[in-house]
Amino acid sequence: MLAGTIVYALINAAILALMAIGFNLTFGISGVANFAYGAFYVLAAYGVWLMIHLAHLPYPLAVVLAIAINLVLGVLLYRFVLQRVRGQALSEVIATFGIGLAILELFRYFGLVGFEYTLPVFIDTSVVIFDTYVDAQRLFVVVLAAALVGLLWLFTHYTRTGLAFRGIAQDERTALTFGINADRVAALSVAFGAALAAVAATIIVPLGSISPEEGYDVLLKALAVCIIGGLGSSVGVIVASLVVGFAERITDTYVGSHWTMIVSLAAILAVLVVKPSGLFGKQKQLEERI
Amino acid sequence: MSKRKERIDRGIKVRSEDIFALLSWKEMLYLAGPRVLPVAVFLILPLLLGPYWQKVLLSVGVFALLAISWDVMAQTGMVSLGQALFFGMGAYVAGICNHLLGLPPWLAIPVATVAGAFLCTLVLVPVLRLRGVYFSMVTMIIPLMLVRLIEATKIFGGTEGLSGMTPLGSRWIELYLIMAVMAAVLFGFRRLMESDRGLVLKAVNDNDRSVINAGINIYWIKTQVLFAAGAVGAFAGAFMTHIYMFVGMPVFALDYSILPIAAAVVGGPGSLAGATLGAFILVPLSEALRGIGGLRIVFYGLFLVVFIVALPEGIFHFLQRKYHQFERWVEVQ
Repeated sequence: MLAGTIVYALINAAILALMAIGFNLTFGISGVANFAYGAFYVLAAYGVWLMIHLAHLPYPLAVVLAIAINLVLGVLLYRFVLQRVRGQALSEVIATFGIGLAILELFRYFGLVGFEYTLPVFIDTSVVIFDTYVDAQRLFVVVLAAALVGLLWLFTHYTRTGLAFRGIAQDERTALTFGINADRVAALSVAFGAALAAVAATIIVPLGSISPEEGYDVLLKALAVCIIGGLGSSVGVIVASLVVGFAERITDTYVGSHWTMIVSLAAILAVLVVKPSGLFGKQKQLEERI
Repeated sequence: MSKRKERIDRGIKVRSEDIFALLSWKEMLYLAGPRVLPVAVFLILPLLLGPYWQKVLLSVGVFALLAISWDVMAQTGMVSLGQALFFGMGAYVAGICNHLLGLPPWLAIPVATVAGAFLCTLVLVPVLRLRGVYFSMVTMIIPLMLVRLIEATKIFGGTEGLSGMTPLGSRWIELYLIMAVMAAVLFGFRRLMESDRGLVLKAVNDNDRSVINAGINIYWIKTQVLFAAGAVGAFAGAFMTHIYMFVGMPVFALDYSILPIAAAVVGGPGSLAGATLGAFILVPLSEALRGIGGLRIVFYGLFLVVFIVALPEGIFHFLQRKYHQFERWVEVQ
């Protein structure tokens, strides 16, 4: 029982990290608000499903196409919407949230809801870890989440583009004086975030099914992980998803499933009130709190 | 050979700026028009509409109140993404007063207005130090959490809510009550914002540290605004409870947070009149679009984006400019 809870809590943490990683790249690291993130996740999932079932493309090609489409959409979103309201945090949030709302409700209108709307698993087997059955897809989730978080850390610390992402979040004007094209970098960060949403969707969706509600859920969870972990921190993503993942699983097992959402929301609230920049964020104290 | 647009105040605006406005009916009408028009609309509109659109008008009033309370908070530097908190608090307090304690509506609504505002203020006071997006996120999360809390603990009727509230009596009382409150709140807060106190409120938004420097306690100012805005929102909730004779988890729904913001954005934030105008446009529009079902939320989202990106000043400021100024193209020297 306990071993099972721990194993599934770890998997839950990996799922959370995967969901949050793209959002963390756009909002957390480069400071560009993309609240249409959940919609991009659902869009990629439905995109892959449609390409497999209507266009009869092979699965891997569909995944690659979906990721590419999300990349392009991210650039377009930045170029035609975000760039015009850049710098006004609230307008950014409202505009992107409006777009996310439109995409998700469009899918709800078409009524693509049900158990048949899911993606195939990569390998259909299961293994036993500590007397607990775990299917291979869940192991993929853990491995890929760890790999992606590691890559994200390397990317934001050792590549020029990655450093530019962090630069525009810390001080956009100083970044400009260093020859960083803030608009190009911001567009890239939105695009990469959207692409990572597509990656997360193709890995996570086989565990369940696709629904428009998932979009809001993903956004909320990504927001939770980002806030708790701290904006601008890749280590924060790991720690925060472990905290939230374990908290959710443990409340689910020992308290009741009604309380899982409350626990993560309460965790966000507590962190926001006590230390708005999160457990591992360490920037801009006076801009957050006065 | 390029041109630029020049904006110049209309002669009548300049002439009617001081006491000489009293010399001619035209100038007096110019001054009184924008003030009398909304009152006239509030008074006459209920008489013209059929029963169905009267019902829509009630929710227009409710959303206008929520939008005004959002705008007042936003002008003081507290951008809320959770007006549903105020609305839901008022609704639940009214429901409890009426359903469990048996108070009549004319007592339950005022009690809910004050107690709801007090509870909201109490909830938000610990996070008043937060600025900008961080405050917004907290306000967004609290209503979500309250919904789950009610679901998990099953208090106050749990998922089924409380029903069987006493209605207000006649449709005319309902209509003119909400219209009167709307007019009072609209003109009252506009007057407040013009006053010295209003100047301090706007200064908190513009540069809170310099307000602290001036020896003013901004937390106390923010608390007062929170209470005032909370009272407006809680009244809207309490009123709605007695109209629908029901209160339940939907009162904390996202609609009551998003729609007021949308109304304020479309109408023009920072003027209160814009928020009201936005509610008068958006609520009937969404009612008219009811036929296309779920698609209307899609339009809603797109509407928001278009206004934020293309017309960020909002409709009211646009109209105001056209009313006071004329424009012409002039050669750049």
